[in-house]
Amino acid sequence: MNSAKTAAAPPVPGQIEPLAVETPFQRFVSDFSESKLAVACFFAVVAIILLAIFAPLIAPTDPYNLALVTVADKTLAPGMVMQDGTTTLLGTDGSGRDLLSSIIYGLRISLTVGIGSAIVALAIGVVVGLVAAYAGGRIDNIIMRIVDMQLSFPAILIALVLLVTLGKGADKTLIALIVVQWAYYARTVRASAMVERRKEYVESAHCLSLSRTRILLKHLLPNVLAPIIVVGTVQTAHAISLEATLSFLGLGMEQTEPSLGSLISNGFEYIHSGHYWISVYPGVALLLTIVSINIVGDRLRDVLNPRLSK
Amino acid sequence: MTSATPPLIEARAVTKRFEKRLDLAAKAARLLGADLEDEIVHAVDAVDLQVFPGEVVGLVGESGCGKSTIGRMIAGILPPSDGEIAFDGKAMTAMSGQEKRAAALAVQMIFQDPFASLNPRMRVEEIIGEAPLVHGYVDRAGLAAYVDEIMLKVGLDPALKRRYPHQFSGGQRQRIGIARALAVKPRFLVCDEAIAALDVSIQAQVINLFMDLREEFDLTYLFISHDLSVVEHISDRIVIMYLGRVVESAPTEALFAAPKHPYTQALLAEAPRLDQRSRDFLPIKGEIPSPLHPPSGCHFHPRCPHAMEKCSAVRPMLRPQGDRWQAACHLLD
Ligand SMILES: Nc1ncnc2c1ncn2[C@@H]1O[C@H](COP(=O)(O)OP(=O)(O)O)[C@@H](O)[C@H]1O
Ligand code: SF4
Ligand SMILES: [Mg+2]
Repeated sequence: MNSAKTAAAPPVPGQIEPLAVETPFQRFVSDFSESKLAVACFFAVVAIILLAIFAPLIAPTDPYNLALVTVADKTLAPGMVMQDGTTTLLGTDGSGRDLLSSIIYGLRISLTVGIGSAIVALAIGVVVGLVAAYAGGRIDNIIMRIVDMQLSFPAILIALVLLVTLGKGADKTLIALIVVQWAYYARTVRASAMVERRKEYVESAHCLSLSRTRILLKHLLPNVLAPIIVVGTVQTAHAISLEATLSFLGLGMEQTEPSLGSLISNGFEYIHSGHYWISVYPGVALLLTIVSINIVGDRLRDVLNPRLSK
Repeated sequence: MTSATPPLIEARAVTKRFEKRLDLAAKAARLLGADLEDEIVHAVDAVDLQVFPGEVVGLVGESGCGKSTIGRMIAGILPPSDGEIAFDGKAMTAMSGQEKRAAALAVQMIFQDPFASLNPRMRVEEIIGEAPLVHGYVDRAGLAAYVDEIMLKVGLDPALKRRYPHQFSGGQRQRIGIARALAVKPRFLVCDEAIAALDVSIQAQVINLFMDLREEFDLTYLFISHDLSVVEHISDRIVIMYLGRVVESAPTEALFAAPKHPYTQALLAEAPRLDQRSRDFLPIKGEIPSPLHPPSGCHFHPRCPHAMEKCSAVRPMLRPQGDRWQAACHLLD
């Protein structure tokens, strides 16, 4: 079929073959949408992000305004009415804060730390990985030894040691998460850049005397982006759960800015006294967030993986 | 060579070694007695090659004999390990910035794989227009017209220029690659198996396009192929390679009429003449030796029916054998 098409002598200008002019992006969107679950999860992620951004507008109460919080509302079960007359959908915690509001604010902190650390780590990893692949030789060797070394330790261990050394707080948690993550990006970027740089379009760019910077940024980078996006999504979920773990262990966030992990931790002491909701609902929120992001990431991997794509 | 004009492109004793050094783990293993050493592939071994202005030279040899590596060195993609490439009589390494860039742009390469050779994230107009814009052959205002003109020259509809490579057939993609090269006004094209990946029905069209462009732009070609029958009809001269070395070089008709080197003779005996195509000619008894451990003396001696004692000891040099004819064989000394 193809051969017949080209066999037609020099084409007449203006006479366009009936072939859908779809950009790679359009093709990507239609491939992605073939999984309804992934689409649902994508919208869930968008909703979660919107929830985090507009937390003050959406949350029924402001859980950090101490003037509004009263111990009289302590450990109210879901559905009960608080002192100020509002119904608490998911119950209240041990200090009388509305749990739904705490979760929405906690989501905000968890997402900020998770996404923030992922973005910075991605930027560092992309630069390091591209330089390693393109420079090759000794520089590549040194960089990759460091990456290997870092990846041979469990992430949680490195983060724990860092936080024990640095102390608690949002900024320190962010630093710990960046340190833990950059190497994954560097390795992924280097691996795909090594494959891409051997391809003939890169040789052609050399042959056309294009500058190294141009080849790196305009030719290599766009072609190694796909696997980075996949790693980025999965790493974000990973960072969020890592932060939750650290906060649960009392090492991550301060009590004044509780993330979902801190909320689970706070509620844990009540679990045996029957006030299950204080710990369980933040846990459910965390689980939904992580699962949704991971499903989107998996779908991205399937769609962007050239070996599986049609 | 009797020609008075200097060769447009010349490889002077060009060698390329690919070294695969042992990594730390392998070095440690060797300390413990493992039989490991640095591996060195002699892909190209002191090759002399000249292409004169206006010539079409076919470079032929079995797969893995170093044709692509030579092509890449000539096109400036790979640096030689030893020896030098000269353009218009002047060594590339002896050139200064401006001159070097002009020479580099004057030599362009057409690749085998019509898929890997185009950046999948760029539109056709950008693939073709990027280099001429960067190098100032055309300004932004004139770019669209410039790209249109080149697309027409290679038989592509300019209306398709906003498409991406995956939206084209193999033959059309190869035309895009040709347009990209033409856009920097080259004088010399290295075509590395440029039609091998295409449907047979399309191969002839692309060959014809190359020949038309030759007339129009005064191009000189190095046509690389593992298939003698592909280059037979278009080459003025044919250069035969075996395991990293040139073994014979002669005008096409003379070579086909009376090949002098035993390897060429074997190739011609095996390759069915005329239009019985053989995609991979599998000539001659025996395996092709590995370029990791090439045979001593004449590389061809383990398979040569005329091998003498001297052949396994001394490398035969490429020597003139008459008008524009060279061969490397002790029989001909
Ligand atoms: N980048 C490289 N690294 C290591 N070995 C290579 C590389 N490129 C080519 N070679 C080796 O050099 C030899 C010649 O390869 P090539 O020039 O591609 O041959 P041809 O084009 O004639 O098939 C082969 O043995 C090949 O394996
Ligand atoms: S040099 Fe010897 S082995 Fe080599 S081709 Fe000539 S006769 Fe054969
Ligand atoms: Mg080749």
